Amino acid sequence: MSTPWKIRGWISPASYWTLAAAGLIVPLCAWTLLSASGAVDRVFLPAPTDVAHQLAAWFSDRDLLTDVRISCFRVIAGWALSALVAMPIGLGIGTFRGVQALLEPLTDFIRYMPAVAFIPLVMLWVGIDESAKVAIIFIGTFFQMVLMVAEDVRRVPMAQIEAAQTMGASRCEVIEKVIVPSAKPALLDTLRITMGWAWTYLVVAELVAANSGLGYAIIKAQRFLQTDRIFAGIFLIGVIGLAIDQGFRGLHRVAFPWLHARD
Amino acid sequence: MANIITCRSVCKTFGTKRGAVPALQDVNLEVAEGEFLTVVGASGCGKSTLLRALAGLEPVTAGQIDALGARVRGPGAQRAMVFQNYSLYPWLTVMENIKFPRQLAVHNRDCTSSDVEVASGRADALLNLMGLSAVETAFPAQLSGGMQQRVAIARALMTRPRVLLMDEPFGALDAQTREVMHDLILHVCALEQCTVVFVTHDVEEAVYLGQRVVLMAPRPGRIESIYEVPLGPVRQQDMKHTAQFLALKAQILGRIRATSGLRTDLELLQKLSRRG
Repeated sequence: MSTPWKIRGWISPASYWTLAAAGLIVPLCAWTLLSASGAVDRVFLPAPTDVAHQLAAWFSDRDLLTDVRISCFRVIAGWALSALVAMPIGLGIGTFRGVQALLEPLTDFIRYMPAVAFIPLVMLWVGIDESAKVAIIFIGTFFQMVLMVAEDVRRVPMAQIEAAQTMGASRCEVIEKVIVPSAKPALLDTLRITMGWAWTYLVVAELVAANSGLGYAIIKAQRFLQTDRIFAGIFLIGVIGLAIDQGFRGLHRVAFPWLHARD
Repeated sequence: MANIITCRSVCKTFGTKRGAVPALQDVNLEVAEGEFLTVVGASGCGKSTLLRALAGLEPVTAGQIDALGARVRGPGAQRAMVFQNYSLYPWLTVMENIKFPRQLAVHNRDCTSSDVEVASGRADALLNLMGLSAVETAFPAQLSGGMQQRVAIARALMTRPRVLLMDEPFGALDAQTREVMHDLILHVCALEQCTVVFVTHDVEEAVYLGQRVVLMAPRPGRIESIYEVPLGPVRQQDMKHTAQFLALKAQILGRIRATSGLRTDLELLQKLSRRG
């Protein structure tokens, strides 16, 4: 029996997927009707078919795959670099009060600075080649990631840590055999969420002397008022993001069977 | 019998914004080898703080704690601890949790292949002893609270600690499960010849399990009195209805009421009811 309006109630899988499909199809139909009715100028709101044509044309004559590949590379490189540095620092902040005192206020301070504002500095410091785009994405993700990792580590229950200590574990053993494995599922969620943020910085990153990439394509289309291309670019980023997110969720289920095992 | 734990003039103060709060004041206590000692008291009497100090998890402000002939300066493998909950490792199966201490360097010095075999046999024996054979490969989240505590106890006993410290280990269990666990822990600790310090807020539990009951009182946390339990080493559930048991239980409950400072609450209640 479905109880859709009960708080945290239950619905059947069939109703769930029907509603999920409706949630995607209804806005699409509304969009189609609105653009077909002619009430809104196509410059402001292109028809879904225009966007589809743009996508097809982009794929056949303007190297869509190259744009996707280079953008994916920039996002993943910036994000992975940030993860590589943020993980140990966050672990330190979440584990030792001294490291927390030293680094957390500083991180809190920098994370409010807009990544966009760093563009001139980045151009000055690392130039205008690939590394500049990666650096912008790094700046956009890194500081948030440090704080999230620290919070994940701080959430490891004290009883788990103290149990290991009373079994004779050394400080290194507590970190290696308790804190890290205990925090792993939360850390993977943090990586998934920050990957989303890294994508939002793509357009900003490709403002810097880029001549390829999805963000660059959006910026260029904007200059020529090609609204349908802007839509196509945004749509592609959404699809790639959704795919990566689902990948992370799948990885979570495979890597942490104890969280999903229920009798 | 020799004393395995000695506390001399132990004081512990917690610093807060409003100044220092004394959690333990001048605690003197001796625990004999092989003894089952229970510590009971109202909340805020410092019983958990005392246990954590014995474990070495909480440094004392003044005084000295000696255990197994050496001063306690930090946690050690000879003083295993069982917590109220959340201390199992959810990513390990029941068996992996029980074997966890074997992964630690302190239990693997000069480890030979026969040691490994002995350890594996020990894990199997504990699994059987605690009634966990059927759930060997389950994850903690798949077990009831009572079963989880069985795993926690088995894990604590894995490396044959001389002292077992238990901090309200059955506090979150229902009454029936708790009775089963009482008889189990008495049986297991007698078998293992383990010295136990068991903290609880449940007077019946304290009298049923303990050979001696330490009663602590709050503000400041201190040992109020110590009672010998006149029930002999073997305990059975029907002893709970004997006159001796009930008398000691009533006596301890009376002392807790007299010393816990709950009178102010009573006054408050009376004031409120008069106003109404």
